[in-house]
Amino acid sequence: MDHKTPSFPTRIALALSALFRVLFDPQFASAVERIRRGGVPISAETVQAGAEKPAPPPPLLKEAGPDAALQLLGLLQQEGRFIDFIEEDVAGYADAEIGAAARLVHDGCRRVLREHLTIEPVREETEGSRVTLERGFDATSVRVTGNVVGEPPFHGVVTHRGWRAGGVRLPKLAVGHDVTVLASAEVEL
Amino acid sequence: MSAAKYAVGIDLGTTHCALSYVELDADTESEQALQEVLPIPQLTAPGSVDALPLLPSFIYLPHATELAPGDLTLPWAEQTAYALGEFARSRGALTPIRTVSSAKSWLSHSGVDRRADILPQDAPEEVARLSPLQASVRYLEHLRDAWNHRFPDAPLNRQDVTITIPASFDPAARELTAEAAEQAGYHQANLLEEPQAALYSWIQGSMGEWRKQVSPGDIVLVVDVGGGTTDLSLIAVIDREGKMEPHRIAVGDHILLGGDNMDLALAHVISAKLMQQGTQLDPWQLRAVTHGCRVAKETLLIDTGQDTVPLVVPSRGSRLIGGSIRTELTRDEVRRTLIEGFFPQVEASARPIARPRTGLMQLGLPYAQDAAITRHLAAFLGRQTMAASELPGFRESREGASFIHPTAVLFNGGIFKSPLLSERILDNLNHWLAKEQAPPARLLSGADLDLAVARGAAYYGRVKRGGGVRIRGGTAQSFYVGIETSMPAVPGLEPPVMALCVAPFGMEEGSAANPLPQEFGLVVGEPVRFRFFESSVRRTDEVGMMLESWSGEELRELGEIEVSLSAERRNLGEVVPVRLQAAVTETGTLRLEASPVEGDERWKVELDVR
Repeated sequence: MDHKTPSFPTRIALALSALFRVLFDPQFASAVERIRRGGVPISAETVQAGAEKPAPPPPLLKEAGPDAALQLLGLLQQEGRFIDFIEEDVAGYADAEIGAAARLVHDGCRRVLREHLTIEPVREETEGSRVTLERGFDATSVRVTGNVVGEPPFHGVVTHRGWRAGGVRLPKLAVGHDVTVLASAEVEL
Repeated sequence: MSAAKYAVGIDLGTTHCALSYVELDADTESEQALQEVLPIPQLTAPGSVDALPLLPSFIYLPHATELAPGDLTLPWAEQTAYALGEFARSRGALTPIRTVSSAKSWLSHSGVDRRADILPQDAPEEVARLSPLQASVRYLEHLRDAWNHRFPDAPLNRQDVTITIPASFDPAARELTAEAAEQAGYHQANLLEEPQAALYSWIQGSMGEWRKQVSPGDIVLVVDVGGGTTDLSLIAVIDREGKMEPHRIAVGDHILLGGDNMDLALAHVISAKLMQQGTQLDPWQLRAVTHGCRVAKETLLIDTGQDTVPLVVPSRGSRLIGGSIRTELTRDEVRRTLIEGFFPQVEASARPIARPRTGLMQLGLPYAQDAAITRHLAAFLGRQTMAASELPGFRESREGASFIHPTAVLFNGGIFKSPLLSERILDNLNHWLAKEQAPPARLLSGADLDLAVARGAAYYGRVKRGGGVRIRGGTAQSFYVGIETSMPAVPGLEPPVMALCVAPFGMEEGSAANPLPQEFGLVVGEPVRFRFFESSVRRTDEVGMMLESWSGEELRELGEIEVSLSAERRNLGEVVPVRLQAAVTETGTLRLEASPVEGDERWKVELDVR
């Protein structure tokens, strides 16, 4: 090392300027990242050279974290006995018996959906009505089926209005809370 | 206090709490301020926190091994020794011995020491119990923390806070509520009666339309049925220099009877029906039935097209289909149980049926013995026949009227979402009015039934600063100390007691009554107790007036009061002549003080002693 360690005030100035460069200068940020991983500081030239190499392709598929799914499942069980209902073998029961239980499940699960999600139809038109899809329609929210030929505008009939989650409001969880327990076992003392 | 940014209203309910707020901006003239309800973060399950508009007034005191570490984490606290809110309510239903509930009813129960650790009432030895006061402190602390978490730059102790109480709270319960607020770190919170809060909310929600719905000369009856209590008030509208001014002229007795009783009554109907079919419900199932009845009741009361609602009692185990019990609640059962049980058609002369209590009853809460709200209403109106007679602009109370004639009715409380129940009360009232050739009472529409009290309380914070309409009234009772007359002791006969008026009817906040002309000789160092009475009908008694006898209905005995002269500047055993003086604080609590005839010392008279 041929230069001295910078003084404390200099370091404050350096930290501030570095903060902004990290935020707005990607190459500088990757150099800092390298230093943080324990690598040696490298000159601007090497950074330039490194940047020209083809970057690894960004991942095309992502994995959904299990926490929110398990949490929602826990809520559906807690309020609507969802897992009890699905896990039970319905083969031996009469429809009336299944129907009675379904009321409970329907009532509770509906409460969960109403409380924690805002669910609204994608299309406001009633099912069966004719609609026109203009050029550039959102293919995620509308799925066209059947005689899909030619160029939009497309004319067709709404067979299903679709559903969209307008908002998700799941309860906050304590750090370290085990979401894999969907429903605690109960032991009456 | 001038730095307050918000007026905050807190509905500290028997079964639920809510917090509403409104910004105190320059535009205080408007009656139409934007009001918000604070979502209150609370535990909804172990380790799970959700923000809900209502905070159930339940505290759960878990066993040390019952929950995993971190299960009680709140957004503002790592660990707490207890759960409060929704989780406390749901877990508490399964383990009642560790659950504090209805703390507010206990706070107003003068038969117990409200500072003693008595809740949960049937908790085993190892549970560290709470006092009714302490439980109220914890609800208020939770609301404070929720507020401060949401508004870190505008802490609650710097806002203008109003806490609502039942109009029927006695002075000791009012003071305990103010003390709980003080202990929870609230700075000089105001107290406001719930029916008044409901009317404020209605005025505010009407966007100025209220001036068209009521006019001078109106007497508004407020019927507020909460989860656990029924609260009645009368508010007269008078004309003061061209402006309408509402005056609260009377409040009813404390009636421990509310919406929860109705759900429970229906659950017992279902339970009895299943019993006949040979199925016995356990307490867990009964709770599930109660919940089911609450929902089914609303369906049957609101939707007139349905005659039965299926009710399924879920199994407790994981076999849901095989273990559930199917039954149904019929319109007829709801009609018989609720309408005939709680709102029967009665005459204006009807009075609640009182059965003699056994001594053991005092251990629990003094629940209303007659479930008929219409009979309680008839008794209230009958007792208050003269309530408006001194107000300007009211015709000299109608000749021969056997009860005061309300001209309008405002309902509050979730049960009145069903028009059937409010219509039933209105029908009763109009039947009574018609018999005395009085015009029928109008229904004041447009009230927010669930959150009106919290909203009205927030609005009151603005009103106190001069924006909007203020309800006048002052104390709705006059107060008396009991003086034993000297007479030779007769075995088995109590010495007769005379009642000495110490605080007149209608004292406004921040005002003091004249000191009692009578002097008492108090012994320094020896606490002295007085019997204490209130009257909601003797409106003209002045300070110093001595009642030698009264009818049972006129005066109601409250808990005893106590004054103790400290020996700081005096000698133990010395007899000091003192005078008693009453005042109503800015907060809205009654304060009794003893001061020596000579000298400027003051001793507080304790209203809550056991």
